[in-house]
Amino acid sequence: MEQLGPITTQHYLALSALLFAVGAAGVLARRNFFSALMGLELMLNASNLAFVAFARARGDQAGQLAALFVIAVAAAEVCVGLALVIALFRRKETVDLDAYKELKG
Amino acid sequence: MDSLELVRNIQTFPWNGLWLIPGAPLLGALVNGILTLWAARSGREVSKSLQGGLAVAASFTAFATSYLAWGALRACPEGGLLAQDVSTWIEAGNLHARVGFQLDPLSAVMVLFITFVALLIHVYSVGYMHKDPGFGRFFTYLNLFLAAMLILVLADNLLLLFVGWEGVGLCSFLLISFWFEDAAKAEAGKKAFLTNRIGDAGFLLATFVVLGVTGTLNFNEIQAQHQLFTPGLATAACLLFFMGAAGKSAQIPLYVWLPDAMAGPTPVSALIHAATMVTAGVYLVARLHFLYAMSPVALAVVASVGALTALFAATIALAQNDIKKVLAYSTVSQLGYMFVGVGVGAYEAGIFHVMTHAFFKACLFLGAGSVIHAMHEEQDIRKMGGLMKHLPITGITFFAAYLAIIGFPGFAGFFSKDEILWKALATPNPTFPWLPLALYGILLVGALLTAFYMTRLVVLTFFGEFRGGPKALEKLHESPKVMTIPLVLLALGALMAGWLGVPESIGPGRHVLAAFLEPVFHGSAPDADGIPERFEILFMLLSVAVAFAGMGLAWAVYGQKKTFVVDQTEKRLPGLREILQNKFYVDEIYDHTVLAAVRLTAQYVSFKFIDQMVIEKAVDICVAGVQALGRFARRLQTGSVRWTVAGLAAGAAFLLFWVVR
Repeated sequence: MEQLGPITTQHYLALSALLFAVGAAGVLARRNFFSALMGLELMLNASNLAFVAFARARGDQAGQLAALFVIAVAAAEVCVGLALVIALFRRKETVDLDAYKELKG
Repeated sequence: MDSLELVRNIQTFPWNGLWLIPGAPLLGALVNGILTLWAARSGREVSKSLQGGLAVAASFTAFATSYLAWGALRACPEGGLLAQDVSTWIEAGNLHARVGFQLDPLSAVMVLFITFVALLIHVYSVGYMHKDPGFGRFFTYLNLFLAAMLILVLADNLLLLFVGWEGVGLCSFLLISFWFEDAAKAEAGKKAFLTNRIGDAGFLLATFVVLGVTGTLNFNEIQAQHQLFTPGLATAACLLFFMGAAGKSAQIPLYVWLPDAMAGPTPVSALIHAATMVTAGVYLVARLHFLYAMSPVALAVVASVGALTALFAATIALAQNDIKKVLAYSTVSQLGYMFVGVGVGAYEAGIFHVMTHAFFKACLFLGAGSVIHAMHEEQDIRKMGGLMKHLPITGITFFAAYLAIIGFPGFAGFFSKDEILWKALATPNPTFPWLPLALYGILLVGALLTAFYMTRLVVLTFFGEFRGGPKALEKLHESPKVMTIPLVLLALGALMAGWLGVPESIGPGRHVLAAFLEPVFHGSAPDADGIPERFEILFMLLSVAVAFAGMGLAWAVYGQKKTFVVDQTEKRLPGLREILQNKFYVDEIYDHTVLAAVRLTAQYVSFKFIDQMVIEKAVDICVAGVQALGRFARRLQTGSVRWTVAGLAAGAAFLLFWVVR
């Protein structure tokens, strides 16, 4: 087998982009609210990956710091999102995103 | 010294009282108007003496100021005029229009007789309109009319003159349809205004021509630059101005409103449709004499139309049975004479006839009003007769004015009409050599007819036996002094005004009016030397003979019978009488041709085509477009959360892409 090159920053970024795309697809294409949240988490983690990759590449730790922040914010945001779901569920007994069409017009 | 030099020598002297001449009646109208409105709103009564007195005072102020102004003018050197520049009006690019008044001999003559006759008519109206609920409104309009007429005559530029021109048209409309609850009377007012409007279109076009050629609207400035006009342009402007004059002064083809205007109260007919407004057209031509002098074609048109109208209207007057209609057609006819006067370049003769006509026609109309009052609104002369003994003052003044209009020697009409006849015959016309004789012939026949129909009117109204029935006979009474005194004064005017214009051949140097007006028309008035002056007396005798012939004929037909019998013409030429009585069916012809065309155009072009198909369709298209846009845009609003998120993501991606690029 040929010698493959070392794993560079580009690889990490490509993986990050791929993960981001998958996450975005998940958010857009899933009807279940929780599935959409999962996709959202995937997007956030993809951006974390990108941050850390850059931090490694630049040699300073700012990227890692940003990643830590993002993790914290993601956690908080999920809490808020889940609270929203509970409020919505009390209205319509469903977590199907497509059920909320009151703004149609 | 030609006209141009004289213009360069014009000296203007400021006289700051000029604004008061139209200003006083304007103020009177304003105050009376407010009082009338207030009375109508609050239901309270305003004293009629207050309103009437106010109006009379306003017109008296105008008269007194005019008299003083005339005195000041006489003190000026020859060629001078009084001027007052009140304020700027329009300053837009090259257009400078000012509100300014000027008093030259022409304006002075006009203003003097206008205010004098108007004053008398205001006084008369206090009596005539006494029982009318619209008393206050009447005097508001009457004062407003006087103000507008004075603005017209005193204006120093075309635009301000047009303001007065339109103003008198408006007041004419308001006063003709004064008793507007009667649909026919309202219709008459509308007809007057619309017919005038057609003339006004001509006036405006002419103003544009003048503005385009000279760049100014001020009369003195236009006169100073009159050489900028080519004969073609001058002719165009003059003919267009004459279109306006024909509308205002009731000449063919726009005379049709005047007989209908008799629907208004009689003082209105006297003031507006006899003495003042209808002379505005003649004044316009006289004011623009220098322009007309450059276009023999326009002058010939003016004179010919005037002569034809004079004859035409006189024939119609022969067969009318309403006392006011006879006088109305008589006015149209006499206006034709005035236009012949100015059309042959005898501007001063035309203005002379304007002045004498104002006196005797106003006297005739006011006398008719007195008769109508006594007859309790009956206007048919077939039901009158023998009124001379019941209404002596009215009868005598009417008779005096009648003698004036037929040209009885010594009375006013004799001098002025004769001068027009003489000037028409004796002014040679190089462009149309046959014109003087033709004009004279037509006018002479007109004089015969005038004598005939006026004698018929006087005889049927005031002589013979009363034909109106015993009940009406009991109610006959002379009018109160407030009405008869103006009649007397006007009759005196009809007697004496003529002596201002004694022709040269009788009394050399005695033609006061011509001497007074000479500096104005100098250079534009051709010499009437086609026939030696010593023959003037012969032609004068001819006119007198013609007048007597008319008198005699009418007396023979109508006067010999004590009671009214169907007159000879109806027996011998029944068809002719029908035609004359129905005014040659001109109104009907207009209705079926011109008006029908207008109505068709309005229905099919304006309404069906432009209104429905173009404008409404345009609106519909806009609406459809907006709706389509809405339908399209609405598709974004799915209400779906995921759709919104997708939009967000797409937008973010786009922005990112755009920034990173």
